[in-house]
Amino acid sequence: MRYALFLGCTTPARSRQYEMSSRAVLERLGVEVVDLSEFSCCGYPIKASDYYKALLISARNLAICKSKGLSTILTICSSCNSMLRECAYLISKDSELKEKIDKDLKKVGLSVEDDIEIKHIAKLLYEDVGLEEIGSKIERPLKGLKIANHYGCHYLMPKEIYEGEEDILNPYSLDRITEITGAQIVHYGYEKSCCGGPLLVSDEDTALEIARQKLDRVKEAGADAINLVCPFCSLMYDGNQKGIERRFETKYRIPVLYITQLLGLSMGIDSKSLGLNLNVVKARDLIDKIS
Amino acid sequence: MDSLMEAEEKLRGFRETIGSQKLYACFECGHCSACCPVKRIRQEYSPRKIIHMVLLDMLDELISSNIVWYCTNCYLCQELCPQGIRIADLILELKNLSFKRGLSPDGIRRQFELLKTQGRIYLLDEFDQKKRKKAGLPQLGGSIDDLRVLLEG
Repeated sequence: MRYALFLGCTTPARSRQYEMSSRAVLERLGVEVVDLSEFSCCGYPIKASDYYKALLISARNLAICKSKGLSTILTICSSCNSMLRECAYLISKDSELKEKIDKDLKKVGLSVEDDIEIKHIAKLLYEDVGLEEIGSKIERPLKGLKIANHYGCHYLMPKEIYEGEEDILNPYSLDRITEITGAQIVHYGYEKSCCGGPLLVSDEDTALEIARQKLDRVKEAGADAINLVCPFCSLMYDGNQKGIERRFETKYRIPVLYITQLLGLSMGIDSKSLGLNLNVVKARDLIDKIS
Repeated sequence: MDSLMEAEEKLRGFRETIGSQKLYACFECGHCSACCPVKRIRQEYSPRKIIHMVLLDMLDELISSNIVWYCTNCYLCQELCPQGIRIADLILELKNLSFKRGLSPDGIRRQFELLKTQGRIYLLDEFDQKKRKKAGLPQLGGSIDDLRVLLEG
């Protein structure tokens, strides 16, 4: 099975380490990905301004995937994942919308496609690769490492596009993958709270305060690192952590890892290939702790 | 102007038909406001209040106050509503209406323009592409002329 890798906007521009570690881990697991240079933004950033156009941009990406003979899009950003899935879901449910989108796509020589599967990398790891296979590749168990998992919002919601999967009240995929690495899961409260990222563009003060509330609790719980699956959430907890420390006169110094970096470490992949040097809050102490 | 009227018409209809439920199924339990990550910080923001302002036809006050832009679109209120009211979808419609009236925050308009001109919200410059090459990552940025056509229409 080959997956069309969908990078979106934030990862290549702000979070190369997520892309690098994703590719490194997938290679180790023998998962083949294909890059399509015609992929654009998923459409999510304009959902609040023009919902139909956001769906249209999503539908364009689905059509491009199909035109290359591929049937599954692999996302690594949770918002890309939810936007593309929402589009695919609505196209399959709403024939009037499907026709309207098709008419618009025809203007640029594309057709609406309703049989593209969209999968987030953490779900690919959990469901398609499976814990047993992942477990067989662990070379350096992360014993003694305490991890605070942040699932984020669009990885789990809205629920109708994730029918039959884990829900926000009882999420488990990241916990199961974390356990396989040998690390210990730390619960901290406010676990279901949003990172605040979407407000950066309209109200930075509120956005940073939302992120701060979670960082406070993660610190209190004694976690060594946060583990997450979305570049926008990482921007809030890693990219903005120093700014939050300055603004609120506090100190966290909590490394923020992507699930692919955490997994990569446990598989014995070198930290440079995982882009760990690109994390804003350095993970040196953490790496020392496990080696 | 047509699209603005269309949006307002849709929103008025929304009160009646939202999802499989009606907005006035709201019995004010307050789950939506209690679980909201923004409400904890900004007392003036309340999903419950937004529902009731729409029910009372206070659209103009709601849109001109710009309060809807506090919503992070996290969906938690919608997931936890015992009456199945599609609160996050309602707020998204209100944001769309605010944008059409030219009242949305500058950053929102900027993102729309960026998407139209470059197909992504963060520009990948020569420096980024060099860094990508060095890290063994493929070059990005195929033609997006078709995307421009889709966004113009």
